[in-house]
Amino acid sequence: MENIAGKKPALTWAVHLSVGLLVLLWVIPTIGLLVSSFRSGDQIVSSGWWNALFTQEQQLSPIRVEGAEVPRDGMFVIEGRLFGDGGTTVSAWGTSSREPAAFAPGAVAELDDGQTVAVQADGSYVLTSPVSTEGTRLPRIFTTAATPPEFSLNNYNTVLFSPMAGQSIFQAFMNTATVAIPATIIPILIAAFAAYALAWMDFPGRALLIATIVGLLVVPLQLALIPLLQIHNAVGIGKGYLGIWLAHTGFGLPLAIYLLRNYMAGLPRDIIENARVDGATDFQIFVKIILPLSFPALASFAIFQFLWTWNDLLVALVFLGTGNDEQVLTGNIVNLMGSRGGDWEILSASAFVSIAVPLVVFFAMQKYLVRGLLAGSVK
Amino acid sequence: MEQAILALLTIMIGVGGCVGYFWLSNIVLDKVIFPASGPMAGRNITRANAVRPWLFLLPAVLALGLYLAYPVFATFWLSLNRNEAGDLVFVGLDNYRQMLGEDKFWESLRNNMVWLIVVPAMSTAFGLLAAQLTDRIRWGNIAKSMIFMPMAISFVGASVIWKLIYDTREAGQTQIGILNAIWLQFEGGAGSVLILRVLPVLILLAFAAAVAFVIWGQVKAMSEGGLVARGLRAVGVVIGLWLVYLGVTGSVGAATAQLPYGEPQFWLQIPFWNNIFLMAVLIWLQTGFAMVILSAALRGVPEDTIEAAIIDGANPFQIFFQIKVPQIMGTIVVVWTTITITVLKVFDIVRAMTGGQQETQVLANYMYDKLFVAVDWGVGSASAMVILLLVTPILIWNVYSARKEMR
Repeated sequence: MENIAGKKPALTWAVHLSVGLLVLLWVIPTIGLLVSSFRSGDQIVSSGWWNALFTQEQQLSPIRVEGAEVPRDGMFVIEGRLFGDGGTTVSAWGTSSREPAAFAPGAVAELDDGQTVAVQADGSYVLTSPVSTEGTRLPRIFTTAATPPEFSLNNYNTVLFSPMAGQSIFQAFMNTATVAIPATIIPILIAAFAAYALAWMDFPGRALLIATIVGLLVVPLQLALIPLLQIHNAVGIGKGYLGIWLAHTGFGLPLAIYLLRNYMAGLPRDIIENARVDGATDFQIFVKIILPLSFPALASFAIFQFLWTWNDLLVALVFLGTGNDEQVLTGNIVNLMGSRGGDWEILSASAFVSIAVPLVVFFAMQKYLVRGLLAGSVK
Repeated sequence: MEQAILALLTIMIGVGGCVGYFWLSNIVLDKVIFPASGPMAGRNITRANAVRPWLFLLPAVLALGLYLAYPVFATFWLSLNRNEAGDLVFVGLDNYRQMLGEDKFWESLRNNMVWLIVVPAMSTAFGLLAAQLTDRIRWGNIAKSMIFMPMAISFVGASVIWKLIYDTREAGQTQIGILNAIWLQFEGGAGSVLILRVLPVLILLAFAAAVAFVIWGQVKAMSEGGLVARGLRAVGVVIGLWLVYLGVTGSVGAATAQLPYGEPQFWLQIPFWNNIFLMAVLIWLQTGFAMVILSAALRGVPEDTIEAAIIDGANPFQIFFQIKVPQIMGTIVVVWTTITITVLKVFDIVRAMTGGQQETQVLANYMYDKLFVAVDWGVGSASAMVILLLVTPILIWNVYSARKEMR
């Protein structure tokens, strides 16, 4: 019955087409950055990334002739190649910026002072001069050439291991991991115990407490910044890892308790009552029965909290210092956008380093993420 | 390396500390304070069981109280004071007065309102569309994964991704931003008229018509329900009429606008529209979330209602809009409010892409500027209170429905 539209071929095609369009629209932005991160700065600036996948013909930036001159037949000759062995094919060339495509490959250009230049289609050139060119400025060669797609890992190498100024992305990566991993693990335990109490123990004020937690779910953490910074300064934590771990723990707890309580409340009552009758204490029931059974909910929350702490900018800006050993990926990238906003080769590779881990987590544990979303919102 | 060891140590201390606390406190309670033996064994067990929940809850309650509940009051207090050389001086409502007098504040409030309408509406609409369409095809799950993927990308990462899309080079240079590359394909011919005039006009008119249809339904239902319901309906109708007005004037504007064909545009510097371009980033990020939840809700719609509709001769569109959508209305509201909360806190995107310049300021970034750039705690806290005020209706609604559900 679900496939009522499937019986009409035209409508089915429309559905396929619209989904395809939607997917394309959603994927293209990421692909654009991904493709750019494998291109050199020159390539990024000289053509759109969507052209990078095909051989493209375009005017390249001029290259000055250089090399050792060799005397031959009374002339001084310099031979060389304009490009490496990348398969670039010259379709036209010239020696002045006014006529950058004056000659065909193989033609010989006569320059001033009796010099001649010849450029072949494969980019090799021969310059001859009646007098020694030593100490003089050699001519530049302008080319229009077809370049095959070319990708390299140079950008990643640069941003990870040889930073230009300040801190490497690798360091920031380590800092982010240092923030995110403890900030994911610690709240889970605290929340699990609290959720068990709220789900399976009877005590006065339980309903009120649950209502409070539901309310705290939506309190914007913006409100917490200054008061907490004051407390951290007062007790001597100041800005640093301890502070941000505590802050992320506090901010993550409402969702953690809410998710886990909902899940635990849905566990079968018989198991728990049987265990009680058999003389198990609450602590034993929790550790031996509830925790293992709640694994899916624990995994869902762990993913949420990990994505959130890894991707966070605001909390890191406020509770961490700005030194090399503390700045996280997001903060680093925002700085890059400000100071080197035009250097797409740096920016795109850095951004992809920061995106990579969450994407891996996402695709590996999508099932739990979806389950957690459903538990957190629909209920 | 040092840091990795520090982090590992913290995990061990944190986890060990938690387990140790829960374990030890339970032992102390059962063996030392209220031992389950001796003359008062029965009473002791009862007492121990009355105290135990609080042992389990203590760390969580402490952390929640200190990190979320206390700051609400502390921020409110800060918003009534001025920070003068480290000392707080009580100034009453002066901070609020000063804030209300600032153009930047009104600009952020105005922008936030547009964000609040556009982003949840578009994300939910796209999410619903994607959910309905992907459920019908074989490669639907792959398509879903792709649309859901941005969920994992940070706001900052998304800003970089979209900055490349919006990139602009001077006229005559090769455009490397895809939006400008597409824009330069339009030259004012028939295709341009079709896509840049007729299409937007149709979309806007369709939007206005859809809203008008909903209003009509509300007006017809006006005689039912209590006073509160009627009041809410009336408010909804007024907002709806305003949206219809916006749709109609917008379509007139789209039909008559002079478009600068052939010139590369600086997308993030066009007043008002740059806000829309920033919103596109968040819509891109949030649609996957809406899709996943609505898709589950759509699958939960009872088959027999759909069968009945088919037997009555309903077409696929009628089935979708008149059978399915009304039945998942509750979920749509949940998705809408969840995205609304995200929108109210949006900070990273504006900070990374425009820094709140060129009339793109929003409340969260305004607050950050006040707190940490201008170091004006009073006004910064006051604007944080405004954000809280905007969240409050959702907060009350959530608590209300959670309580209703538990009964």
